[in-house]
Amino acid sequence: MGATKAMTDTVVDVENLSLHYFTSKGAVRAVDGVSFSLARGETLGVVGESGCGKTTMGLALLNIPSPPGRIVGGRILIAGTDIVPMSEKEIRQTVRWQKISMVFQGAMNCLTPVFTVGQQMRETIQTHKPMPRAQAEAVIARYLGLVGLPAEVARRYPHELSGGMKQRVVIATALFLEPRVVILDEPTTALDVIVQAQIINVIKTLKREMDLSLIFITHDLATEAEVADRILVMYAGKVAEIAANEQVFDRQPCHPYTKRLLAATPRLHEKVSELAFIPGTPPDLLDPPAGCRFHPRCPEAFDRCAREEPPLVEIEPGHLAACWRCINA
Amino acid sequence: MPENTILEVSNLSKHFSVRRSLGQIVSGRKSVVRAVDGVSFAVRRQEILGLVGESGCGKTTTGKLVMKLLEPTAGGIRFDGREATNAAGEELAHYRRQVQMIFQDPYASMNPRFKIRDVLEEPLLIHGLGANRSEREELIRQALAEVKLTPVEDFMGRFPHMLSGGQRQRAATARTLILSPALLVADEPVSMIDLSTRAEILAMMKEVQRKLGLSFLYITHDLSTARYFTDRIAVMYLGRIVEIGTPDDVVDRSVHPYTRALISAVCEPVSGRVKTIKELPIRGEIPSAAAIPPGCRFHPRCLFARPECREQPEPELAETWTGHLAACRRWKEI
Repeated sequence: MGATKAMTDTVVDVENLSLHYFTSKGAVRAVDGVSFSLARGETLGVVGESGCGKTTMGLALLNIPSPPGRIVGGRILIAGTDIVPMSEKEIRQTVRWQKISMVFQGAMNCLTPVFTVGQQMRETIQTHKPMPRAQAEAVIARYLGLVGLPAEVARRYPHELSGGMKQRVVIATALFLEPRVVILDEPTTALDVIVQAQIINVIKTLKREMDLSLIFITHDLATEAEVADRILVMYAGKVAEIAANEQVFDRQPCHPYTKRLLAATPRLHEKVSELAFIPGTPPDLLDPPAGCRFHPRCPEAFDRCAREEPPLVEIEPGHLAACWRCINA
Repeated sequence: MPENTILEVSNLSKHFSVRRSLGQIVSGRKSVVRAVDGVSFAVRRQEILGLVGESGCGKTTTGKLVMKLLEPTAGGIRFDGREATNAAGEELAHYRRQVQMIFQDPYASMNPRFKIRDVLEEPLLIHGLGANRSEREELIRQALAEVKLTPVEDFMGRFPHMLSGGQRQRAATARTLILSPALLVADEPVSMIDLSTRAEILAMMKEVQRKLGLSFLYITHDLSTARYFTDRIAVMYLGRIVEIGTPDDVVDRSVHPYTRALISAVCEPVSGRVKTIKELPIRGEIPSAAAIPPGCRFHPRCLFARPECREQPEPELAETWTGHLAACRRWKEI
C-alpha cells in the first residue's frame, strides 16, 4: 500500500478493518481485515456478490454497525483522524454526515409518506445546523437544483414522485452538510435502465461540481465501468483485488474471482452463445474455508491455496491482488 | 393461426378502473389505467420470446393475461390452434396444464411448510396426474433430475429455506415441468438471483427448453440477458409493443426511438466511460398509464416527434423488413 499512502490527498484510509456479527451461533466475519484508501476526487467502486460484506463495510466506514455487529479491529482514517476509537457523540458532532455521508440502499423507499419532501429535508438540516425556516428552504431549493429537480418538489409528498425523483431527493439530502466523501450503496439497483443512466449522470455531475470523493457499492460490474476510477472486488469479507478501471475492462484482472465475475456480466453489444457463471456458492462466514476463501470455487486453485491465506499484494503499480497465482507470477 | 404458432395474442387489453375522487364522481368522469392497451404477438413453437420493458409498461400484466389469472378487457388469446379467451371448466384445466409460470420471487412462490417433494406433488394432485404415491414420486424424481437438482432424494426431503435462490428457481422450474406443459411464462425469473448464478439458471432453462421442445415467454427488464436468452424480443412501452424482431435486429439495428433510448442507457462493462456524461436520446419521465398521451404514446418523450405524431392516430406495428416490426411512422427518416 506504500504508493497510495504517500499520496498527500488521501481522504479515507482503511487499515485492516474487521467487523463481525456476534450471533448465537458464533461470530460472522462479514468484513475481515479490509485495507484500502480513497484519494481526493476519486470514485472507488466496491463490487461483489450479495453477502460478501459490501454494505457492512459501508456502514463500518460511518461507524454505525447494525447490531449484533461490532468493529473488532483496524483503523478508519477520515481526513487523517481515526474514527474507530471515537465516542458516538464525537462522531455524530464532527464526522458523520459532515465529513462522510452515505446514501443507503433502498433509502428512496424510506421517505415518510406523511410529510412533504421539503419537511423531511428541513428536519435533516435543522437537526445539524439550526437555521431559520426561510434559510433552510433556500438551502433545500439549491440542493434540489443540483440534482436536477425543480424547487417545487419540496412541496410534494413522496408518493407523488417517481423512483428516480425520490432517489435524487435522497442524494441531495446526503449532501446538506457538505461532506467530502459520500458512500453510495446500490443507488441505481431498483431503478429502470433509463432512470439508472440519469442517476449516474447526476452523480457524476455532483462529483465534479462539489469536488466529492465517492465510494460506489454495487453488485454490477457494468455499472462500475461507468462510474469507478478504481475497482475493489470483495469476496467473503475480504478484498480480492483492487485495480484501475482500465486494468479490469481493457487489459485483464488478475484474480480468478474478478475474471469470473466479469465473464458473468452480460454485454448487450456482444453476441455470446453461452454466458459464464461461477459454480458453487459463497462460503458461510461463520466458518469460512481455510486458506484462500475462494479456493473451493476456484478453477485455478492449487494445494497452497487450501493451506495458506494469500495476502493482498501490489503485483504491479496501483494493482493489488490477494491470490497466490498473481503473487507468484 | 399458422401451424408453427403455439400462442397467439391479438389486440389484448387490460384496463383497471381506479378509485375516483369526489369531483370525478360528481362530474361522471371515469379514471382508467390502461395497463395493457392493444398488444398483439405470437409465440412460435419451440421459441423463446422476450417481452422487454421498464416497470409499469404492462409486461407483467400481459404475462398474467396469458396465464389467465386476469380477464382481458378486450382482445383474444388462441392457444395451440384453439380459442382460449373464454375457456372454462375442463378446457381451462387443460389450458392451465399446458401453460405454466415461473415467478420472479423464489422465496415467496413456495409454501415454506412444504418439502420440495410436496411442492412438486401439489400440481399432480390438483390435476389428478399419477395414479398413486409411488407413480407421483417417480414423476417428481424425473422433474428434479431434469433441472439437475441432484442427488434427487436429498432435495426431495428439503424445505425451501434450505435451498439457495438458484436452487429454488430450479425447483420452481421442475414444478412447472412436472405437468409437461407446452408453454412456460417466466416473469423476471433471475432478477432476484445473484449475478454469478444468473447465467447458470438461464442456461439450465434454455437447455430444458431445447430438450423438451418447449415455448417460452420470457418477461424481463434486462435487455442484456434477453439478447442472450431469447429467439425474438418484443419491446413494450406504456401498454403497447413498439418494436419486435430478432435479438440482433432489436439491439443492433433498432428503429423505434424508444428502443434506441433504452439501449443507449444500458451500462456496459467497458472502459473509458467514467469521465463522460451519457447523452440519453429521450425526454422527461414515463407518463402515467391513466393518462396515456394522444397520438403516438411515445411522442412527448421522443426527440424526433413532429406535430403529426401527436395529431394523427397511433401508428400500428408495421413491417420494416422481413421479420421485424416497429410502431413508428417516421422510422425511415430518423
